[in-house]
Order: sequence, then C-alpha cells, then structure tokens
Amino acid sequence: MLIVVCIKQVPDTTQVQIDPVTNTLIRDGIPFIVNPYDTHALEEALRLKDRFGCKVAAISMGPPNAEATLKKALALGVDHAILLSDRVFGGADTLATSNVLSAAIRKLQSDVGEVGLVLCGKQTIDGDTAQVGPGIASRLNYQQLTLVDKIVELDLASRKIRVSRKLEGRHEIVEAPLPVMMTVVRELNRPRYPKVPMRLAAAEATVEVWNNQVLKLDEQKIGLKGSPTWVSKIFSPDRASGEILGDGYADPDGTAEMLIEKLLAKDMLPI
Amino acid sequence: MTPNPTIFTPLLIASLTIFAWGCWKRFSLLSLGKPEERFDNVGTRIGEMLLYAFGQKRVLAKPFGINHSIIFWSFLILLIANTEFLLHGVFPWISLMKLPDGILLPLLLILDIVSLLALTAVIIAAVRRVISPPYPEARTFDAFFILSLICILMLAYFGINAAKISRMQEGALVLAKTWMPVSGAAAGLISPESGAAVYSVAWWAHAFALLAFICYLPYSKHMHIMTAIPNCFFRRLEKPNTVPREDFTVGKTFGVDRVDSYSWKDLLDSFSCTECGRCQKVCPASITGKPLNPRAVVHDIKVNLLENGALLKKGSEPQIPLIGDQGEGSVSVESIWGCTTCGACMEACPVFIEQMPKIIQMRRHLVENEAEFPEELLNLFENMEGRSNPWGIAPSERTKWCSQLQIKPFEKNTTEYLFYVGCAGSFDSRNKHVSVAMAQLLDKAGISWGILGKDEKCCGDSVRRLGNEFVFDKMARENVEIFKERGVRKVITQCPHCFSTLKNDYRQYGLELEVIHHSELLRNLVQDGYLKLDKTTSEMGDTVFHDSCYLGRHNDIYDAPRELLQTATGAAPKEMERNRNNAFCCGAGGGRMWMEEHVGERINLTRVKEALEEKPDTICVACPYCMTMFEDGLKDVNAAGVKVRDVAEVMAEALLR
Ligand code: SF4
Ligand code: SF4
Repeated sequence: MLIVVCIKQVPDTTQVQIDPVTNTLIRDGIPFIVNPYDTHALEEALRLKDRFGCKVAAISMGPPNAEATLKKALALGVDHAILLSDRVFGGADTLATSNVLSAAIRKLQSDVGEVGLVLCGKQTIDGDTAQVGPGIASRLNYQQLTLVDKIVELDLASRKIRVSRKLEGRHEIVEAPLPVMMTVVRELNRPRYPKVPMRLAAAEATVEVWNNQVLKLDEQKIGLKGSPTWVSKIFSPDRASGEILGDGYADPDGTAEMLIEKLLAKDMLPI
Repeated sequence: MTPNPTIFTPLLIASLTIFAWGCWKRFSLLSLGKPEERFDNVGTRIGEMLLYAFGQKRVLAKPFGINHSIIFWSFLILLIANTEFLLHGVFPWISLMKLPDGILLPLLLILDIVSLLALTAVIIAAVRRVISPPYPEARTFDAFFILSLICILMLAYFGINAAKISRMQEGALVLAKTWMPVSGAAAGLISPESGAAVYSVAWWAHAFALLAFICYLPYSKHMHIMTAIPNCFFRRLEKPNTVPREDFTVGKTFGVDRVDSYSWKDLLDSFSCTECGRCQKVCPASITGKPLNPRAVVHDIKVNLLENGALLKKGSEPQIPLIGDQGEGSVSVESIWGCTTCGACMEACPVFIEQMPKIIQMRRHLVENEAEFPEELLNLFENMEGRSNPWGIAPSERTKWCSQLQIKPFEKNTTEYLFYVGCAGSFDSRNKHVSVAMAQLLDKAGISWGILGKDEKCCGDSVRRLGNEFVFDKMARENVEIFKERGVRKVITQCPHCFSTLKNDYRQYGLELEVIHHSELLRNLVQDGYLKLDKTTSEMGDTVFHDSCYLGRHNDIYDAPRELLQTATGAAPKEMERNRNNAFCCGAGGGRMWMEEHVGERINLTRVKEALEEKPDTICVACPYCMTMFEDGLKDVNAAGVKVRDVAEVMAEALLR
C-alpha cells in the first residue's frame, strides 16, 4: 500500500509582514518552513511505514525552491518525493491546487502502487482555508476524515480505518473503508527529528519534478485560470500600539499598582 | 634457600613475559583509536610532563595527594634498588656493594630512609582506604592487593639488609648502622645465628612480591604507573573547552557509540585513570545524585575496550555496547545527558583525562545518528536551526531590547567593537537589563561600538554541547561568514558561552577574533581611565560572586569580575566555599539550561544554598544562564530579599545612577 502525504512550503508567518501599500505579504528574506500541520501528517505516514512496511510518497506543489521542503521529507524517511512545479500551476486557489494534487496522486497510483491513504495537514498557515484536503478527497472520490487526532485502528486486511476526530469540545470516532483522505491536527503525534546520515543523503538526492507535460491537465482547470477565487485585499487589522508602564524591574510593586489603577479606570477589573 | 639464579632466572623470565604480554595486549588496543595530533610542541609537552607527572603538581593540589607523591617519588628512587635486586638475582656478581663508598654509603642511606617513607605512606593509604575511602567503591581488591605487595616489598627490603647487618663484624657494623639506620635498628631483632635464614626468607619474599607486582601491573588500575606519564605528555596543551569538529560526508556515522570511534588519546585516557575519584567528587551531576559519574564513564570506556578489543581488532562487531544499561563497560543514556560540561572533572583530574569531550561525542551519536534525545530538546533544536535562538522568537525581535536607545549598527572599517548581545541579552526579559546597562556603559566610556541587530545569530553553544554538531556546524559557518564579511575583529560579549564559542570554537573554522568578555572590558576601561568612578554604590549591600564555568574554568578569567565589583562597591565580594577554578556549576551549561532536572537535588538549589551561607544581599554573576539559575533558585528557597545582579549592572549602578 502506498501512503501519499501532501506537504506545502510556507513562509514562516510569525516573521511575515504585510506591505501596507500593496496589501500583499512581504516575502523577501522570509525563511520558508514546512507547513507545521503537514509535519504531523508526514510523521503519521512514517509511523505507519514503520508499523506496516508500506511505502510513503510526499508530494508538494510549488515553485522550484520548494524542493527544499521535499528534501526535508526525504531526510525523515519518505520513499518518494515529487515536486509538482510548472509556471502554469502558479497562482492557483484551493480548487486548482486540489486538481493538480489529485492528478499527481492518480499518477502515483498507476506508477507506484495502490494508494490507501492520503494525508494532509488540517490547513496551511499561510492560506488557512482547510479546503485542499477535502478538495482532493472529492476529486478522487475518497472518504474524507478531517481533523484527525488519533488513528484508533488501521486494518489492512479488511481495508478499514477507524480514527478519532478532534471537534470543539468533543471527539468523534469514525470508521471508513480505504482509501481515505485524512487531514490531521497537531495532537496526532510528535514529529521526529531527522538523522544526520539521512539528511546528508537527502541533500544529495534529486527530487523528481512533474510539470504539466507529465500531468497533462487542461490548462483551464489549473493555475490562475482554473482559480475562481480572488483575493481582493489583505491587511493587518489596526491595533492600538501599547505603552510601557513604569519600570517593573526597578519598582515591581509601584508598577503593579499603576497597572491596577489603569485597569480599574478602564473598568477592566471585575470587582 | 639463598638467592639462586637457576631458580630465580626462569621465574623472572616468566614474569617479564607475563608483563610484556599484558602490556602488548593493552597497548596494542590503542591502535584501534582514530588518529589525533598530539605530537606538536614537544618542548612544552616535556616541560608539562615534568611538572605534572614527575612534579605531581595536580596530585598535590589536594591535601592527601602528598601521600601519593611520596609513594611515587619513592617508587622512582627505589627503582635503583629493585633493578639491582633483579640483576643480582640472575647475575650474583652484580651488586651495588661494588660501588665506591663515597657513592654507596649515601645511596644506602637514601634507600633506607625512602623505604621507610614508602612503607609509612602505604600503610596510611591502606588505613585511609579502610576508614575513609575517597569514595565508597574505592575499597577494591585491586587497591589492597597492590598496597600489600608494596608493604611486603619494603618489609622484605629491611629484612634483607637487617639480616646482612646482623652478621657483620665490628667496623662494618658501625658503618652499616650509621648509613642504614632503619635496617640497622631492625638488625637488633635478629640473632646472628638466625641471620642466614632470615636473609633467605626475606630475599625470596622480596623476590616474589616484586615478581608478583611486575606480573600484576598491566592487568590492574595500577597500569596508570606506565600510562599516566605519557598521558600528561599528550594532554591538550590548551584548555579542553571545545570538542573536535566533525566531517559531514555521506556514508559516515556520527559521534561515538563504539570505543574504536574514539581517538587513540581517548583510549589512552581510559588506561591512565588512577581511579582516584577526584572528578566525581567535584562533578555537579554526581554530587546532586544524578546517574553521571565521570570516573565511571572513563572506567566503562576502558572495560569496554578490553572486552571488545579482540573482536574489534578482527574487524567484528563489538559485543558489549558502549551506550546502554549493560552495567560495567556501558555508559547509560541518562548519565550522558546529565553533564553540564562544567569542566570541573577535567580541572581536578591529576592525569589530565578529558572526560567532557568524550561525553559530548556520545551525545553526538544519540542526536545525529539515532535522533534520540530528551523530548524537551526537540523544540530547542528546531528553534536554533529555524530561527537561530533557543526560544524560537522571530529574529526581527532581536533589537527590541534597545528600541528605546540610540544604538548604531556595526559598520565595516568604521566601528571598532562589535557588541555581540547574544540570545539571552536580546530576548530574555531579565537579561535585557544587562544589555541596556552594557550599552550605557559603553557609551559612557566613549568607545566605538555597534551591533549586528537583526542580523545577529545565535553562536550555537548549546547545540554544540548537546551533541547536535550538524546544526552547530551550519550556525558556525554562517556566523563566521557574517563576521568575515562585516570585517569584525573585536567582539564584546556579555555571555561566557558566546565568549568561549566565538573565541575558542570558531577558531576551528579559521576565524581568529579578539573576543573580550564584558567583565574584562569594563575592568580595563576603568583601569585605563575611560570609565571614571567618583563614588561607589551601596545599593548592593554585601555581595558574593559566582564564577561561571565558561568564564572561569574554561577560560581562566577569575579576577576581572572581582576587581570590577571591588571598584563599584568599594569592597571585595565575598567568596563561596567553592570558588574560582573549584567553583560549583549553576546547572545550566552543556545545554542543561533547556532540559528538565528530575533526579536528585537541583544543581542550582545546591549552589544557591551555598551562596546564601555567605549571607549576601546581592549575588553577583557574569553570565545570563547563571543569572536565570540563581533567580529561579532564590524563588524556590524563598530568599526573595536577596538580589541577583550582573557585574555590568553593578557597575552601571555605581557609575550612572
Ligand atoms: S563536565 Fe562537569 S558535569 Fe560533566 S562530567 Fe565533568 S564535572 Fe560532571
Ligand atoms: S578520571 Fe582522573 S580524576 Fe577521575 S578517577 Fe580517573 S584519574 Fe581520578
């Protein structure tokens, strides 16, 4: 059985600022990271590999420099790493993205072997839509299990999976026949740390790149052209700038008093 | 039975064969180690060897060391008598007695007295080992067996001479009694008739004790008699405050998990251990009840080498793992993580064994090859690699500490000093105050200085000591690149860890910087008149100073912070019981800052309590880690009235407030 993990290279959003004039993310000089939720998806796939001996493929759609993300996956132990990169894929929204990813999964199914599980992070930290995973599931006609925080049971013989979904204030145990697409939350596991020999091997490995000549998708369904969603504006909400009150280090008691007075005056302390 | 060459010669040959075989079996194992250059500066090495091995300088650093030194020096002198004894046994015509009187008589006197000294010292050593051993496990068969052999040797020596004297006539007798007072006195106990019998018995007792000693030597801890001297010769001439670099090429394994991954010198270290236990008596981990014991680490490496040596020589896999819970011969994972890299063990070891780098190399194996480490470290490693600081704070916040100050960026060819603020100084809310104080003092002194601001990166100290050499290597290369590109030559640090890493570790990357710790810089600025104090501060009350391991033991800076405190407060700081090179670690070094401490007493509490013994109003430190450990520790013992201040803050208080 093949497990496919969809991962994305995202800017380290804690370091991202928004250009107030153009309303776009200032990406210059911002380091890229693997979308944090995806690292949990990757980890779970590798654990299933350790347990059941299945193969794991990591795929990512992105510009050529997203290769680094796939090398990280190789360093962690995936068997195949494929970058889906082509100018015509660019500017995609979630619909167009899931079209490309689904096509890649289909190709893996025919080239490498039967796909039983597709794992995605519950959402990316740059887009925050949480739509790509479900999009893939609909396109491939897989069962979809979102917000998984635990795989309760995976029975390969009877091709069934039972998982726990983390919902607000409760958990739901769901069972579904394979193949399934799962999106995962952080609580699912603790990602492993890469071993140096594997990092070095990954650094030298070449990541396979599939462009649209390989996937042969209708250009109307991918990239900017295949994206019905438009982002009209991005902005950071105005926030009143803070103020430094007293000197808590030289005079902790006095400063605490000032703070309390201030909060009282604003009616922010329940008395 | 008198000395009889036909019986003695074969016995001696057999003993020498056993000795040689033992030596060969052990010393040939050194060839399993990896190459390491220790043959440079031969002149200095010889000098150091004379001082430390023959001069016993470090042995004598502890009061009981004198006893060992007496045994050692006696051993050297008695080599004359013992060599003569062996030769005489084979070739009866060889004898010291043939020497002219002018040489012979003083020699006999010396041998007689030295034998008595040795006998006394050996008895004291045995008694001490019974009633108050250096550490409980020190009461070994090995130790008592050798002590008994030496004891028998000395008694037999007196027996032989006394028997001879007892049969002497008038003139010779007087002469002998004058020049061999101890043997002469013993002769009084022997009747002339029994003289011959006593002589025989004593001679053979001496022979058997000496031959037994020769046979046993290479198989016991007393092998150090042969290895300690070369070990002093091959010691690291510079302070062992770094670890060797690693070569990251594909197909290699990293760190050490089998003895043959160590260098030959590491293996020689293990053969040189005298099992004196001085290292474990100063190790903060051992003292506070953690599983780590540096003596045991060295011992386990030796046992592992002896057990696996034959297999490894054949190219087979070792049978006993070096890292694991298999008892003797294996080092447990918990003990490997317990080390604070404080260097106290290396400072105490009389034969210059380098325990700390061996432990770090085992950490490397765990981190790099196995990705196995305490889970608290996962975030640290990722934060360091991703954001170049331990907390994972956005690098853009590195300059927040100085948002209210006017600070210039470091400019190539214009700025003289780079103030390398460090992660704690940039992000830690308590330590930011130290950075601010430093900035104010530097301005006051009017020197040319600047910062790298958002471009400053972590020096990588913690990851290196934690064995994540791969990440350290990346960080070090990046930093070296930045420093070279910006033309940085002089660096001020307020953190001893940054200080030592920039100064010592980065040298391995071809970067020679003039790194100066803020305590030294401030002291110099005062001395040279750039900072003029017209008053002292009384804010601090009574102060006590805590030495940071990476400033003191690892870099020999003890006086600067003390002088600074004296200048700022008008009084020398008080000293804790363990101070200067004997100071006790705060518990944060070696990456322990980022780890939980579950077993035994907390190291920082031990040190805080020691500081409180001196009843200070302020505990003064010169390191951000020490600062945190003391602040935390004081809260835990409810000593909130006692302050913790960095030396720069004390100085700023005196000068600026
Ligand atoms: S460096 Fe310090 S903590 Fe580590 S073994 Fe030596 S004495 Fe113990
Ligand atoms: S390592 Fe050094 S200090 Fe420790 S027991 Fe051996 S000889 Fe003594």
